[in-house]
Amino acid sequence: MADIFTLAYANLVSPVVLFFVLGFAAALARSDLIVPEQIAKALALYLLFAIGFKGGAGVAEHGIDQKLMAAVLAGIVLSVLIPLIAFFILQRISKLSRIDAAAVAAHYGSISIVTFVAGTDAVTRLGLDYEGYLVAVAAVMESPPILVALLLIKGASLFKSDATAPEPGGRSELFREIALNGSIVMLIGAFAIGWITGPAGQEEIKPFIVDPFKGVLCLFLLDMGLVAGRGMRTGRQYLKPPVIGFGLIMPPIGAALGLVAAQMVGLSVGGTTLLMTLAASASYIAVPAALRVALPEAKPAISLTLSLGVTFPFNLIVGIPLYGAAAQAVAGG
Amino acid sequence: MKRYQKKRIEIIIEAPMQARVTGLLDRMDATGYTVVPAIAGKGREGIWTREGQVSDASRMIMILCITDGAHVDEILDPLFELVSRHIGIVTVSDVEVFRTDHF
Repeated sequence: MADIFTLAYANLVSPVVLFFVLGFAAALARSDLIVPEQIAKALALYLLFAIGFKGGAGVAEHGIDQKLMAAVLAGIVLSVLIPLIAFFILQRISKLSRIDAAAVAAHYGSISIVTFVAGTDAVTRLGLDYEGYLVAVAAVMESPPILVALLLIKGASLFKSDATAPEPGGRSELFREIALNGSIVMLIGAFAIGWITGPAGQEEIKPFIVDPFKGVLCLFLLDMGLVAGRGMRTGRQYLKPPVIGFGLIMPPIGAALGLVAAQMVGLSVGGTTLLMTLAASASYIAVPAALRVALPEAKPAISLTLSLGVTFPFNLIVGIPLYGAAAQAVAGG
Repeated sequence: MKRYQKKRIEIIIEAPMQARVTGLLDRMDATGYTVVPAIAGKGREGIWTREGQVSDASRMIMILCITDGAHVDEILDPLFELVSRHIGIVTVSDVEVFRTDHF
């Protein structure tokens, strides 16, 4: 039990978390502190590039084992199962409309790559290793929940007629956008290049992708704190207590499913922590963009504020150390 | 200098819809349009600012299209079908241009 508190304290006073807290507090206090839009985009690209490349180089170094396919399959199953559970819970405990519940469920079924990156930082701080291919697992978990949400609302008509947009090619265009959204292409592309070039390739660009990584992550989380704080300031009126409660109980439920999946696959303690983190995290980039096109009736203020203002801080501050402790207790044997 | 009457269609819409709206304008043979990023605003969903968003999903853009009055309904009917469920505003106003052959 002492380990949980040690982990929680170490996490709480890490620069990554403290910069997030600084941004969140600054936004709530109405400071004019801001990270310019294009710089924030560049920081996000850098993080995707670095984490993807390192994951690919890790796979090249340690080789592929049969766990890779099992982990990818587990990721897909989790990303289909979690939004269904989330939708079921929301329908029971909240008064959200079916459309809003499906939209929120899609956010919680999908993943937050920044939460994953923060998880890798925490795992590394504990001196644990993790399976590099979890980057690929993260990528495959991003899109299925969007289709699950659309199926929940549109049913089989999603595949029969162009039910998502009235213009020619609308449905196929939407599927293309979901599958090839910029963050997935960057992540998988960097993963593939890291895999192809291996540790030698990583050594070549180490001064760019390894050494400054933590500083960039701190700056990005400062921006995330600012965005989350602003979101909470302007959007909290849309969040009723049952919905906020959902934002706090859904991550541990997802993490528990992630723990079961990681055990079935046979991941390491670090890998288990990260799969739990992925399953617990909620999207706020890929899913909102797709749903604005495909499910425009859903209120973005609810799902985005909940995912970014409630669940992201929960996972960053409480969740990740909790998942790490649970992974150590169960997988650390 | 002689001036000519045209119609200006102004579409304020969510950024993820940009390609769909401009694609529609292309298909409707609009001779041109301009896309402008919106910085901040307030609507039924509350206040928002461009800088305060984590992705393009919640950002807004404005698409301006000037066309001949005879083509306005050809554009507006499918445009309304496309954007009516989305957050945004579509307005049509009378404008004057100098080079009528450009529109």
